[in-house]
Amino acid sequence: MAKKLDKVDVVVVGSGWAGGIVSAELSKAGYQVVMLERGKDQTRSDFIGVKDELRYTNRHEMIEKLTGDTITSRVSIGDAALPVRLQKDMNTGTDLGGGSMHWAGSVYRWRSYDFEIRSKTIERYGEDKIPEGMQIRDWGITYDELEPYYAKWEQTAGISGEPDPLGDKRSNEYPNPPMLASPAIKLFKESAKEIGLHPYQMASGNMSQTYTNPDGETLNQCMFCSFCTMYGCDFGSKSDPLATVIPTARKTGNCEIRTNSLVRRVLHKDGKATGVLYTDTRTGQEFEQPADVVVLAAFTFSNNRLLMLSDIGEIYNPETRKGTIGRNFTGQFNSTFLGATGFFNDKKFNYYMGAGGLGGAVSDYEADLFDHTDLDFIHGGGIELRQYGDGAIKNNFVPKGTPTWGEEFKEKSLFYAFRTLTVWYSAAVMPWWHNFMDLDPTYKDEFGDPVLRITNKLTDQDKNIAKFGIEKCTEIMEAMGADIIDQDEIPDQFDHTYGGMHYIGGVAMGEDPETSAVNNYLQLWEMENLFVVGGSALPHFSSHHPTPTIGALSYRAAEGIEKYLKEKGGLLTQPKSSGVKA
Amino acid sequence: MTNNKNPNQDTQDLSRRKFLKSGGLVAGGLLGGSLFGGLLTNQFQKGTKDETTSQAGKQVSFDARTFFSRNEDFALLSAATERIYPENKNGMGAIELGVPYFIDRQCASNWGRNANDYMVGPFPSITKTDVYEEEKRQTNEVITSSTVVKLPAGTANYQTKMTRGTFFLEGLNAMEKTSQDKFGERFVNLEPKQQDEILQMFEKGEVKFSGVDSADFFSLLRQTTIEGVYADPVYGGNRNMEAWRMKEYPGPIMSFLDKIEEEEFIVMEPSSLRNYQGL
Repeated sequence: MAKKLDKVDVVVVGSGWAGGIVSAELSKAGYQVVMLERGKDQTRSDFIGVKDELRYTNRHEMIEKLTGDTITSRVSIGDAALPVRLQKDMNTGTDLGGGSMHWAGSVYRWRSYDFEIRSKTIERYGEDKIPEGMQIRDWGITYDELEPYYAKWEQTAGISGEPDPLGDKRSNEYPNPPMLASPAIKLFKESAKEIGLHPYQMASGNMSQTYTNPDGETLNQCMFCSFCTMYGCDFGSKSDPLATVIPTARKTGNCEIRTNSLVRRVLHKDGKATGVLYTDTRTGQEFEQPADVVVLAAFTFSNNRLLMLSDIGEIYNPETRKGTIGRNFTGQFNSTFLGATGFFNDKKFNYYMGAGGLGGAVSDYEADLFDHTDLDFIHGGGIELRQYGDGAIKNNFVPKGTPTWGEEFKEKSLFYAFRTLTVWYSAAVMPWWHNFMDLDPTYKDEFGDPVLRITNKLTDQDKNIAKFGIEKCTEIMEAMGADIIDQDEIPDQFDHTYGGMHYIGGVAMGEDPETSAVNNYLQLWEMENLFVVGGSALPHFSSHHPTPTIGALSYRAAEGIEKYLKEKGGLLTQPKSSGVKA
Repeated sequence: MTNNKNPNQDTQDLSRRKFLKSGGLVAGGLLGGSLFGGLLTNQFQKGTKDETTSQAGKQVSFDARTFFSRNEDFALLSAATERIYPENKNGMGAIELGVPYFIDRQCASNWGRNANDYMVGPFPSITKTDVYEEEKRQTNEVITSSTVVKLPAGTANYQTKMTRGTFFLEGLNAMEKTSQDKFGERFVNLEPKQQDEILQMFEKGEVKFSGVDSADFFSLLRQTTIEGVYADPVYGGNRNMEAWRMKEYPGPIMSFLDKIEEEEFIVMEPSSLRNYQGL
């Protein structure tokens, strides 16, 4: 029997950027907030002295254990979905701060094209450009409307960067200057410029200098130690929730954070959410936390599954293409980060140094910045050279045709250690009628509840965009003067690995409740006091990582929730019928 | 590329001398914020200490098998890892680097027991095919252990009931059996070329055992060997950081703030996790 707790204003599920921002903003505004995190508590001390490649990069110390719960995966509706069994094949965050603690720090705003993708594609190329079954739509918010929220997140996070020469209009500069450029990055930028492109230093959540954000939280200067992605930052120089929004929420005295609290249902009555049911993972004790507003701000998978298990909204059915929960599933898959790898016989780079967001970028082939009239895909991808800093296990690159073990492998992998650079194209991924999430009929979690099932197929769009990107990356690598250039191969089909942490959609935003689950405040159309915040709200995947867009939308959602609480109810935006079967 | 002579040897030696002379690694004066109070390690206190001279002489090894109960299995494992990462002119091979002990300990760990993985049934039979073909199944068909699922070869998946530790034991047994069948001799007694032949058969997925694809076993063996070579020595491989020396990888270092723009490649005497933690 669940123990019923005292009612609060807002209960927030999840403690990453999304949950952290919403909790900080609402507790600052004086509301009583309870934040629930399934993982354990953690502090900066947990990250000090743990620069250990095997433990974190290879054994996934900061990643959710799959012991009691996972997802199943298949390519087509006609396939059997099998569970993703290995922790290494599904990187989702856990513990206080969530997946936002071990992110790299790569920062890109999405493009004005993204937010009105359907209208703008039709306007430029006609309706026939959009293939049947590609479920793109306008988001119900424009870039200009979202811009102030982007700016706000960048200030909180202390982003270091310089403007993209081809970027959309910005209301202000990044709060910190760009990171220092290493010789490899300089070579990339000079070479890209030589062939007529517009390179710049990518913006990062790694600090170029010590910085205090508008909430009074101080972040330290990045040391380029290279232990960013898959690690917590021991210097407090990576922008993450523990360095920013979580202490901000805590110091208001209005936010109580409960860790080891696994939310299993959203409770509701008469069309309104009444609270959540959660289990203390240490004791097994169940609790009911009532609240006026429930905010789901967990990872995409949990946000979707919680709605499905709680019987809220209609699960998407690919046969009828009706239902909105689980629809518009996308992410970065094995077709996403393809490009060209160059081997340099006479140059060595200090590639054991680096930072997650250290790199050069080119956006000439992003979004609709280039003409797609004669191309067999829409959208585009960002081109990057990233200097994460390679560990010794990772750094075993050899040219194609070299054996992957034995004496020749040993010799060449040692020779090419620090002589290998990769330029990749992070291609956008469009939503399709046949790619979606629902509940698995076979596999269960430790409580006996069905696990989430993902059905995801690579399409011609994915393969064509990847092919285009590989060619563009190769042109840059040629200009960089590599002695040997290996082009990545385009995969035949999705490989069921979910290693990149970026999987989105399923509770996607829009203006038409027929095709979208939430409005542009991330308020559920069907349940006005339930807000579903995070990657689950994004209707398609643009040419770069989603964190800044999730941050911006979280600020937008927080504003909406405050408005909702003040006005004591109501839908914050009115639904429109788009008449589009997208 | 067979000539592995380093064309930049002279400049590297120069920058290495220059570096060793300049001592500590921390960019002084740039570390702000209270968090650094808790960060005192040897790198702060003493600069980089030369672990080879200060510790190597005194080190006593307590290596012993903790997972593989049969010495024959361990001997076979050792021989196989040595073929994957052999001793050569670059330096030590897998055995001397301690890789077999690394794998033994990994098999005994949570990783080897798949303690963080979803090991709940049913476990259907997997048939690998060359290409992806859509299967025709009923909507919401429930899978059982007798379901047969086609998967394209090369698809990353782990659908066996075996833990990695058991997978290692079964795989090594299959290697031994293959060696006896093909050459009438134990794997450890084969010529290196013959050992390579057996490994290649596994790599190509030509050996079937225990309901798994031998290519998946080879891939696990190869990856774990590489991890043992290059992981921090605390895990039992990469003895005395010799693999890091071969690769010119410096190990965990607190700061490269003053070096990130450096044009020349900088070779450092490697530093371990133990040193980083100030132990």
